[in-house]
Amino acid sequence: MKPSVQLFIAVLAAGVFLSACSQEKTLTPAFFPHENPEALSDWGMFSASKGVLQLGEGVTPYDLATPLFSDYALKLRTVWIPGGAAQYDADNAFDFPLGTVITKTFYYPLQGNTDFNAVTYGPDRTVNNGVMKLEGYRLIETRILVRREEGWAALPYVWNDEQTDAVLQRTGAIKPMTLHRPDGRSEDFSYLVPNANQCAACHATNASTKEIQPIGMKARHLNKRSTFNPSVGQLNDWITLGLLSGDFDEAIGASANVDYRDGTIPVAIRARSYLDINCSHCHNPNGAADTSGLDLEPGATGPALGVCKSPIAAGGGSGGLPFDIVPGATDQSITLFRMETTDPGAMMPELGRAITHEEGVELISSWISAMDGDCG
Amino acid sequence: MKYWVVKFWVISTMALAFTACGKQTAEETTPADASYQETLMVQLLDAKPGDVIDIPEGVFAFDRSLSLTVDGVTIRGQGMDKSVLSFKNQVAGAEGLLVTANDFTIEDLAIEDTKGDALKISEGENIIIRRVRTEWTGGPKTSNGAYGIYPVQTKNVLMEENVAIAAADAGLYIGQSQNVIVRNNRAEYNVAGIEIENTFDADVYGNVATKNTGGILVFNMPNLKQPGARTRVFNNEVYENNTKNFGHEGTPVASIPAGSGVVVNSNDQVEIFDNDIKDNKTANVIIASIFSSGISQDGMQDDFDPYPEGIYIYDNRFEGGGNNPDGLELQALKIAVAGPMGSIPDILWDGYVDEEKFVDGALPDDMRPCVQNGEAKVLNVDGPNNNKSPRIVDDGHDCALEKLPAITLTGALAE
Repeated sequence: MKPSVQLFIAVLAAGVFLSACSQEKTLTPAFFPHENPEALSDWGMFSASKGVLQLGEGVTPYDLATPLFSDYALKLRTVWIPGGAAQYDADNAFDFPLGTVITKTFYYPLQGNTDFNAVTYGPDRTVNNGVMKLEGYRLIETRILVRREEGWAALPYVWNDEQTDAVLQRTGAIKPMTLHRPDGRSEDFSYLVPNANQCAACHATNASTKEIQPIGMKARHLNKRSTFNPSVGQLNDWITLGLLSGDFDEAIGASANVDYRDGTIPVAIRARSYLDINCSHCHNPNGAADTSGLDLEPGATGPALGVCKSPIAAGGGSGGLPFDIVPGATDQSITLFRMETTDPGAMMPELGRAITHEEGVELISSWISAMDGDCG
Repeated sequence: MKYWVVKFWVISTMALAFTACGKQTAEETTPADASYQETLMVQLLDAKPGDVIDIPEGVFAFDRSLSLTVDGVTIRGQGMDKSVLSFKNQVAGAEGLLVTANDFTIEDLAIEDTKGDALKISEGENIIIRRVRTEWTGGPKTSNGAYGIYPVQTKNVLMEENVAIAAADAGLYIGQSQNVIVRNNRAEYNVAGIEIENTFDADVYGNVATKNTGGILVFNMPNLKQPGARTRVFNNEVYENNTKNFGHEGTPVASIPAGSGVVVNSNDQVEIFDNDIKDNKTANVIIASIFSSGISQDGMQDDFDPYPEGIYIYDNRFEGGGNNPDGLELQALKIAVAGPMGSIPDILWDGYVDEEKFVDGALPDDMRPCVQNGEAKVLNVDGPNNNKSPRIVDDGHDCALEKLPAITLTGALAE
């Protein structure tokens, strides 16, 4: 390499470095106790420029054992707590202090470089030292959960085409896109950015109190090896970082969901982890779907779990089938029909899915296939 | 290669655009206004208790579901044929409008062609649904949404002067609720016209239910948060509910035979009186247990009471009906008891009784179907013995039950 070229690269690198530094300095997260800022950047959780997403100071990325399926979107999750720490709870969502801001950014790898609406999927982008590279990716939306005096508020922000910022879009949006599956198949779909009420429809995990709660912020979803600090468990990491307080020993021994893709784990355990994160925010004994009598939390069994349970008010959601789950009979089980269909009137979940999650369907099929018994 | 892809994309988009235009002019006289979606969504999000959201006259198109979570809001249109929310092009959401709030009133508008339920109200108190039309404009089809007007887990509810057409489950449904008046509504071309399910204390009167598969249903289903009891069905017109069942197999209503007038399943203390019930080809009234519903007992909770008890039928005006029951089994049954030219009596009972409740070898009066209805007869189809000896029961139902009190709505709904 010629010296001049080396020099040029060095200067360029320094430039990048400097600009990154200057960004870091200005990127201070902020809590808005009442106001809903129009621009996502006002929150200071991240900034996007020059092909990188930069996390704000003290903004911690995290992930879940098994994520909620959202049309194959990849997700970057962050939490920022301005003072204090979340209170550990063995079963329910952790109790976060006033001012906490949780973000979830939905993005896709682009398929090729000609069509901004042609996307594909793959592994999540890594975050190194608070930076995620954006080249070849499209940011769709960032959802904010902010803990205010009156409780959690949910706000959807939609990224601009320039990928420099996102704007508040309380009424949500429909984004027509094409998903290219890795095996060459492709399908058009309508990606739904939920409106603020639809955010609440899933996050009000108790339909009677209607209080908004984070969904993934439970011990069993978070209790895994940290992706961003791989030498430790994520909960330990949070304790070290001062994000989590409570009984340290209990946190170590907390129940843990598994990665639904991990073939070394029995299929029943993976299936229950999958149903828990994808369904139990509504299908729990106090959730919006308690009208159906179907409970998909980890402890549910028998008819409550859907085994030989007749549909009640499913309408077209029954798919003409007799029971939610017929042991050993995948073609008789409503659960699979509702996971496979993309008819908005029949599919599950009701919101945030326009494409069949084939890998999820395969997992639940294997689980039902392996079940013993029949429905008489 | 890329060029071709792009070109193809452009062409297909253009083709789509053309089809869309052609469709609109062909099918709609008034093109639906899509720009209103954003306006109404913002109003619903920003609503404060006490607000009235006025829907102007017009046909408004929505591509995703609406929702309201704020207590004390009224949504008011200009009339069920003037303010129309059309979901023909809906791509997301399991209902047209979902309300999870108390003290809610909706009136004078229509919700059409939703992919799922048209109007769902979940977990609210003091709910008024008045002069709302829910309709699938293509007529009865299995692909239609399940429920037209669908309050569930609600308390103190008034549903009046609504019109519900072509729901693939129930047109007007109330489930797992308490203290309800359903009056002066019209339900037609639904699988179930009006359905009261797992609900305590409902008065259903002044309604017209016609051309459904089943006119008015009072059901209890297992494995829900509450059972139901105490429904009065009176002063309704329930006629010619003979539409072929187009419900989804597996759902409870899919087992309703076409030609059912008033159907009670597993519910207790149901009073059916002073109705005009006629020309329902299977039977004008059907009293059944869960065992005749097609619902499996395998997954049934232990404390579920599968028997309809304390059913009191009196002073109705019956006419016609029972002459052409739905399905081979019922046809054979009809011929067995009434001959080829005869009819099934006005009241068909599946004959399941809870022997544990017998006193001196028979059900006490308050557990029996009691009938004080002139010439009307009861056919016991002998369900427990696979219809081996169906018989018209001349005695055994000549009893009277204590009448239920009228429902009084409370708070702002009090009259």
